[in-house]
Amino acid sequence: MCMMTDFKHLQAAHCENGVTTNLLRSVGVGGLTEPLAFGIGSGLFFVYIPLLKINKGPAIAFRTMPGLIFKRTCKSLNVPVVRKKFSNKEAASKFLDDCLQAGQPVGCQVGVYYLTYFPKEYRFHFNAHNLIVYGSRGDDYLISDPVMENVTTLTKYELERVRFAKGALAPRGQIYYPASHVNVTDEQLRKAIKTGIKRNVRDMISIPGPIAGVKGISYTGKKIKKWKDKLGSKTAGLYLAQLVRMQEEIGTGGGGFRYIYGAFLQEAYAYHPIDELPEISKLFTQSGDMWRSAAVQAAGIYKDRIGSQADYDMMGDYLLEIAEIEKKAFLALRNIKWNS
Amino acid sequence: MKKEEIPQDDGALNNLTKEVVYAVDKDGNYTTELSTGWNVKSKALDVAWDDIAQRIENARQKVLNNQASPILYFIELRLMDIGIVAAYTGFWKWTIKRHLNPSVFKKLPQKKLQRYADAFNVSVEELKTMNVHDD
Repeated sequence: MCMMTDFKHLQAAHCENGVTTNLLRSVGVGGLTEPLAFGIGSGLFFVYIPLLKINKGPAIAFRTMPGLIFKRTCKSLNVPVVRKKFSNKEAASKFLDDCLQAGQPVGCQVGVYYLTYFPKEYRFHFNAHNLIVYGSRGDDYLISDPVMENVTTLTKYELERVRFAKGALAPRGQIYYPASHVNVTDEQLRKAIKTGIKRNVRDMISIPGPIAGVKGISYTGKKIKKWKDKLGSKTAGLYLAQLVRMQEEIGTGGGGFRYIYGAFLQEAYAYHPIDELPEISKLFTQSGDMWRSAAVQAAGIYKDRIGSQADYDMMGDYLLEIAEIEKKAFLALRNIKWNS
Repeated sequence: MKKEEIPQDDGALNNLTKEVVYAVDKDGNYTTELSTGWNVKSKALDVAWDDIAQRIENARQKVLNNQASPILYFIELRLMDIGIVAAYTGFWKWTIKRHLNPSVFKKLPQKKLQRYADAFNVSVEELKTMNVHDD
C-alpha cells in the first residue's frame, strides 16, 4: 500500500519548532517561519532543577516545556488541534494509517533511544522528540524529521517502538495535527507575536522562585562556582559538559536558542515597526555570544586544560553577566509601547 | 555570532546531516547556515560517553565479583535507570532492586528473565552471560 500526503519538508534547528512550522504551513499558514513559531510559542526559557538528575547530570533547560510551542502557537493563531494518546499499539497504528489515508500529515512524539536513523552517540532515553509522518510505502513510513536535511523512513516496527518508548515523558503513541485548513491574516500574526512576547517576558522576569527565568541563570552561575568543591573535579566536569550539551546540541540553533529569539525579534519588526525590536534583538545576539564564550570556558575545564577555582569562578561570572543582559532585554521588551 | 564564525568542525552527526545554526550576516540581519559541528560540544558528548563506558565497566566487574546480578550491567549498557526498567518490564522498582541481588537473580523463572531480556533487547542467554553482540 502506498499513501502520500501533500507535504513539504523544511529543515529547522529545533524539532518542535520545525514540526509546528511545517504542519501549520501545510494547512495554509504560509507566512510562518521557525523563529516566528518559536517566538509566538514563547519558547525561550531557562531553568535549573537542582534535585532532579537527567542521565546522572544536572537538569537544565534553555527552552520551554516540550509540547508548549505547538500548543501555544496553534492557540494564538486560532488553529484547532487534534491530539490523541493511545494505550494500545494497534489502535495507535490504525489511527495513523487512517490519517495518512485521509491525506493528513501528522506530528508524532517519539523516544530517541530506538530512533534507528540517529547516530548512536545521540541515542539517550529522551522521549520528547518530534517528527512528522507524511506517508507510507509498503512496510515503510515516510518520515520528515525537521532537524535533518533530508526526509527518511522507518519500518512499521521501528516507528511503533519509538512511539511507545517508556520512561519519563513517555509519548504513549501521541499524534497531533491542525484539525482544518485555516486562513491566518497578518492581523492575527501581529496579535500572536505581541502575545508571545508578553508571555515570554512574564516567564523570564516574573516567574516565582530562584531557579527559573533570568534569576535561574544567576542562581546557576553562583552554584557553578561551588561545583569544584562540592562535587570534585570529575563530576563537576561532567556537569559542565551536560550544561554545554543542553545549550548547544542539535536543536538549539546555537547559543541556547538565544539566536533564534534574536531572529524572531527581527522578523517581528516586519509586523510591528517599532524601533526597539531590532535593537533588543542585538541584546539576544550578545547573550547568545556570551553563552558560547561560557561554553568555551566550560570545555577548557572538561578537557582538563584548566580547572582551578578561578576557572570555575570565571565560568560562574559568565552566567551572572548573561543574566544581566537578558534581564535588560526582557525589561526593554516589557516597556515596549505597542501600536496595535 | 557572525555567519562566517560558525564552526565547521567534525561531529558525531557528520554522516547523517548538517544542522541549522542561526547567525547574523554582515548587515546584522539574521540568517541560517548549515554547520557540520563544533568541537566544544562534540567534546562534551565524548565526556558523557567516557563516563558511561566507565560505569558499564564498573558494573561488569561487580557482576563478575558476584556483588550484583547482570541486570545492573544491562541497566548501564542500555543507559537506563531503575525507573525506565520498571516502565519497560512492568516490575515494581523494589522488585527490580531485589533482582539486582545475584542469588535472587539465579532463581528467577524463565518467564521473568524473558521480560528483562525484552527490555534490554537481548536474548535470555545473553542476559545471563553479559555476552552481547550489538549491530
